[in-house]
Amino acid sequence: MDTGDRMALPLWWVPLLPVLLIVVTAGVVAVDEAAAARARGAREGLLGSAVVPLREGARLLVGQRRRTVAADSVLWRIGGATLPVAALLAAAVVPLGSRPVADLTDGVVWFNAMEVLAWAAVWMVGWGANSALSLVGGYRFVAQGLAYELPHMFALITAALAAGSLRVTDIVAAQQDLWFVVIMPVAFVAYLVSAVAMAFWGPFDAAVGRDLAGGAAAELSGVDRLVFAGGRWLLLVVAVAMAVPLFLGGGAGPWLPAWGWVAVKAGALLTSVLWLRRRFPTVRMDRFTEVSWVVLVPLTVAQALVVALVVLGRGM
Amino acid sequence: MSLQLFLLVAAGLFAIGLYGALSQQSIVMLMMGLELMLNGIILAAAALWYFLTPAGNDGPVLIVVVLTAMAIEMAAGFAVVTAIYRSRQVDVTDSAADLRG
Amino acid sequence: MLADVSFWVLGIVAVLSGFAVFRLNSMARVTFALLASFLAVAGLVVLLGLGYLGVVTALMMVIEMVVMAVFMIMYMMNPAGLMPMSMYHNKAGSMAISVGTFAVLAVGILLTDWPVRRGVPAPAQTYQLGLALMGGQMLTMMTLGVTLFATIVATVVLSTGRGRYDRYGDDLAAPRADDPAGGGVG
Repeated sequence: MDTGDRMALPLWWVPLLPVLLIVVTAGVVAVDEAAAARARGAREGLLGSAVVPLREGARLLVGQRRRTVAADSVLWRIGGATLPVAALLAAAVVPLGSRPVADLTDGVVWFNAMEVLAWAAVWMVGWGANSALSLVGGYRFVAQGLAYELPHMFALITAALAAGSLRVTDIVAAQQDLWFVVIMPVAFVAYLVSAVAMAFWGPFDAAVGRDLAGGAAAELSGVDRLVFAGGRWLLLVVAVAMAVPLFLGGGAGPWLPAWGWVAVKAGALLTSVLWLRRRFPTVRMDRFTEVSWVVLVPLTVAQALVVALVVLGRGM
Repeated sequence: MSLQLFLLVAAGLFAIGLYGALSQQSIVMLMMGLELMLNGIILAAAALWYFLTPAGNDGPVLIVVVLTAMAIEMAAGFAVVTAIYRSRQVDVTDSAADLRG
Repeated sequence: MLADVSFWVLGIVAVLSGFAVFRLNSMARVTFALLASFLAVAGLVVLLGLGYLGVVTALMMVIEMVVMAVFMIMYMMNPAGLMPMSMYHNKAGSMAISVGTFAVLAVGILLTDWPVRRGVPAPAQTYQLGLALMGGQMLTMMTLGVTLFATIVATVVLSTGRGRYDRYGDDLAAPRADDPAGGGVG
């Protein structure tokens, strides 16, 4: 592939990226924990919440791994490990500031291909444990995936269409004058909804729902649970952060440096996603499927058509 | 890296797929054999394009056609399996041999 | 050097996991062995300078194989392979035919006097492919589109078990569809 290092960060960012993402994700978990503590009425304070991800991670690291009878442990472990790896690989094309770690010519397609690995990952985790509830959770996620994937692809392709390029830095550059969220609000909303559904985050968390005693993750414990839950958080952070270069002009903004604006915008989006989870009950995937196919897919197609007309009118 | 090596890998994939498509009883496994054969064809098309006529676009277009053929094969195959299973609870080719001449 | 190592690793993974498809017992593992073979071939396609097509192959095959796993487990007698069973017919004949095919192909590949390379790849390969599909190869693209649409209609007709008379009654007069599972918009 033409790796096109036109705007890529230097190579020493490759080992730094996982560290950075994990630290950021731990921060997001801490904020979420603080919000949960406030909702409970507990006075934990910000410092108390900040140690929660560390404490929880350490507890899971030393915890015993559960074994089940006749488990397909190969697929089970591969599935769990795929989730964080896919999130990290997807993050490689997200500009941290004005430059990503890998500025691929087909960055948008690469991003989509990596996040779709979540399908395989969750299904394998659900299947591997040889437990009915976790298998039901895995199947639920596949059904949900069939619902969110098409609006997601149309939203991604609409942004690429307006920029005339699949390279993420080109998409950012095309938003110099006008953020894409202005000309494609439907695609932006559809992207955020599908990003949340992809990380099976509330209200789309039926795959790991309480009615299934944890669903796909029901039989995970110890380090397996840490990898799975951490991978899910990473996927949420990366998928939501990708909305910044796609629709919100990347690092563009006054006063702050580019990375500062990316952090502010991504933080605002993540906060709204975390807040929405506490406002909406879990949506059953069969209902979401019908809404997605009957409402979201036609809307995103129409959105792509409108943007195509705008592009033609501009004479690109 | 040479054209011959790439084509040998592609031929290997094609032959393995052919073995599966001929020897498997289950219709779904048979489809996996067909998919492997198409997989070999994708690789052969890409290699022939790169090593012989990289200036043109016929190789990539052929790959797009093969990818579409794979999608159609999967969808149509599963629809047929679903239809025949719904009416006769059949999931192996040997039980669906009514038209054998 | 790096390209050579990648070629050998990906080529061996592609062939071995392709072979594993017909050797493993568990249907779930079979599906993901096939996926591994596809991903290795996608890597080889990327190695040949077709980045877009390679990544799209990977994207498509992950979705396709997860859907395939669902169908495998739905229709196979022994999905987890916990009771090994043989589901073959004419194994020896198939093996002879496929080995023979490979031998013929290999002889052809090695003995053919391949023409020399003409030209170099265009710098923006994805753009060129798009231009070809929307220009000179427009007829191909339109045929693919119509065929895909026909497939959608045909597969829905074949696989659905309930028609509109089941959903809306014999005179199609029911105010709401009678579905086994309800949806979000009624």
